[in-house]
Amino acid sequence: MKMITKAVLLTSVIALAACSNKSDFEGDDFTDLNASSGANAGANAGIIPGSAGDPTSIAFFQQSVGDRVLFEVDQSSLTAQGRATLDGQTGWLMTNSDYTAIIEGHADEQGTREYNVALGERRANAVRDYLVSKGVPSSRLRVVSFGKERPIEVCSAEGCYAKNRRAVTVLAAGLTG
Amino acid sequence: MTLRVLIAVLAIFTLPFAALAQNGPLRIEITEGVVEPMPFAAPNFVAENPAANEFAERLARVVVSDLAGTGLFREVPRDAYISQITSFDAPVQYADWKAINAQALVTGAVNVNGNSVNVKFRVYDVFSGTEIGSGLQFAGTTQGWRRMAHKVADQVYTRITGEQPYFDSRVVYVSEQGPKDKRRKRLAIMDYDGANVQYLTGSEHLVLAPRFSPTGDRVLYTSYETGFPRIYVLDVGSVQRRVLESQEGSMSFAPRFSPNGQTVVYSLASGGNTDIYRMDVASGSSTRLTSAPSIETAPSYSPDGSQIVFESDRSGSQQIYIMSANGGEAKRISFGNGRYGTPVWSPRGDLIAFTKQSKGRFHIGVMRTDGSEERLLTASFLDEGPTWSPNGRVIMFTRETQGASGASSLYSVDISGRNLKRIPTDGGASDPSWSPLQR
Repeated sequence: MKMITKAVLLTSVIALAACSNKSDFEGDDFTDLNASSGANAGANAGIIPGSAGDPTSIAFFQQSVGDRVLFEVDQSSLTAQGRATLDGQTGWLMTNSDYTAIIEGHADEQGTREYNVALGERRANAVRDYLVSKGVPSSRLRVVSFGKERPIEVCSAEGCYAKNRRAVTVLAAGLTG
Repeated sequence: MTLRVLIAVLAIFTLPFAALAQNGPLRIEITEGVVEPMPFAAPNFVAENPAANEFAERLARVVVSDLAGTGLFREVPRDAYISQITSFDAPVQYADWKAINAQALVTGAVNVNGNSVNVKFRVYDVFSGTEIGSGLQFAGTTQGWRRMAHKVADQVYTRITGEQPYFDSRVVYVSEQGPKDKRRKRLAIMDYDGANVQYLTGSEHLVLAPRFSPTGDRVLYTSYETGFPRIYVLDVGSVQRRVLESQEGSMSFAPRFSPNGQTVVYSLASGGNTDIYRMDVASGSSTRLTSAPSIETAPSYSPDGSQIVFESDRSGSQQIYIMSANGGEAKRISFGNGRYGTPVWSPRGDLIAFTKQSKGRFHIGVMRTDGSEERLLTASFLDEGPTWSPNGRVIMFTRETQGASGASSLYSVDISGRNLKRIPTDGGASDPSWSPLQR
């Protein structure tokens, strides 16, 4: 028997510095919200600008208007409750015209990764289309889907899934170019 | 944050050995269903010089791990040995190996000179007292010693099963850290058995579903680097990446290379509709392949590049379809109960692996390309995302456990449905993509 195999060896070592960038989402601008309920913050309360008592604030939008709508399993059609929330969002966005928004679509964990990205995009667009139909300029809205990648509730039960099947209207100050 | 990544690229070129003797009596016919693994012995390799001592046992251990890991072979415990192998060229005492019922015997020798390693091996059919194939020799480096063990095991596997090898291969995947609602993900690459992990990206941006190019030199993946999902291509050697698809106002994901590596097929979502596109990598020009109002995603080419299998919910639920690589009419192939997604064409062309959801459970399964002979290989709370071993015998996939502390890991299973096992990874892991056999 023969030892017949020759081998050639090539080794290269390449060191590379990966880029760094700021966090890509998670709403870094929205920390330190005043915990007090907007509903209890009367005109005499001495409203702190930017707090939940300030009706032009992001906190007010999140807590009193409602920044999210929920969806049935594998559905992207808006519920009656969802439409009511979006009517509130429309009113707020029309009044506070300096804000743009990214609508984030999400899915629960019961589904494959790619399908859930597509499903989240459907949900985000259902919200976007509704807001535009009610008069919000489409130039102020963008959509993104996170599929099942960003659950807010972590249990594996319908109580959590129902909250994760959502589209969240995330505000940003200033019109984008 | 700066991440420094060291990648060692090791290329071993082997000449085909002249005397293929694969018609001996010692043979595992995998297709007939192996119930009882074949007992074999692989004693420590013979160290031919002092510098080789540290590799003598390690090489044999990896060979054993590769072979036993298939479920087709079983190692005879070393404390049963009657003979020891102290010389690579001395005649084998077959009676001593017969007595402990080792049907196959793998012997090896290693020689280390500075950074270079030379490995020789032979495979014996103990009961017929003959050598299977010829002795073979590989050269490599001390850092690349595991690859040399995989090469040896690949040869043994091929000579005894008649199947193509797969041990000398890598897996690119998503490494996961942190709790379920704040999970951090980054791309990682490792040997097929979980060794030699290297990170290809940082975890500051969400990344999904890396996919190897047909030669294993590039990886397609989806990153949220811009805040929106977009397809990137990363060079494994240099770790340089560039965005491949960046159409404003849309999202792109689920990319895969064509078999010739010149085209990428992927999904683009815009205006609430996801369709399949293909892009010429060199020119960047893209062509739309589907135009239904439903979700079309997870495309995968046939090995000859002429067809694409994908999933669509055009019927009302996720099902698997096949169309021409140029688009046009698609034929549904999945008709069982439940939802079918993430189809992947096997490298042999005969099977489609998929994820199935049925009655609240997830399965990895395979079916023929006409949808017949569906077989489910796994069942759990959440299994998804199959990828094929280079020889089409094994499927790796993601398994996620349920509940608040749920985490992902990589598992593999033989296409017979046997030999389900977890691939060891440091922390959570998902979305594996198996490389071709390394050259």
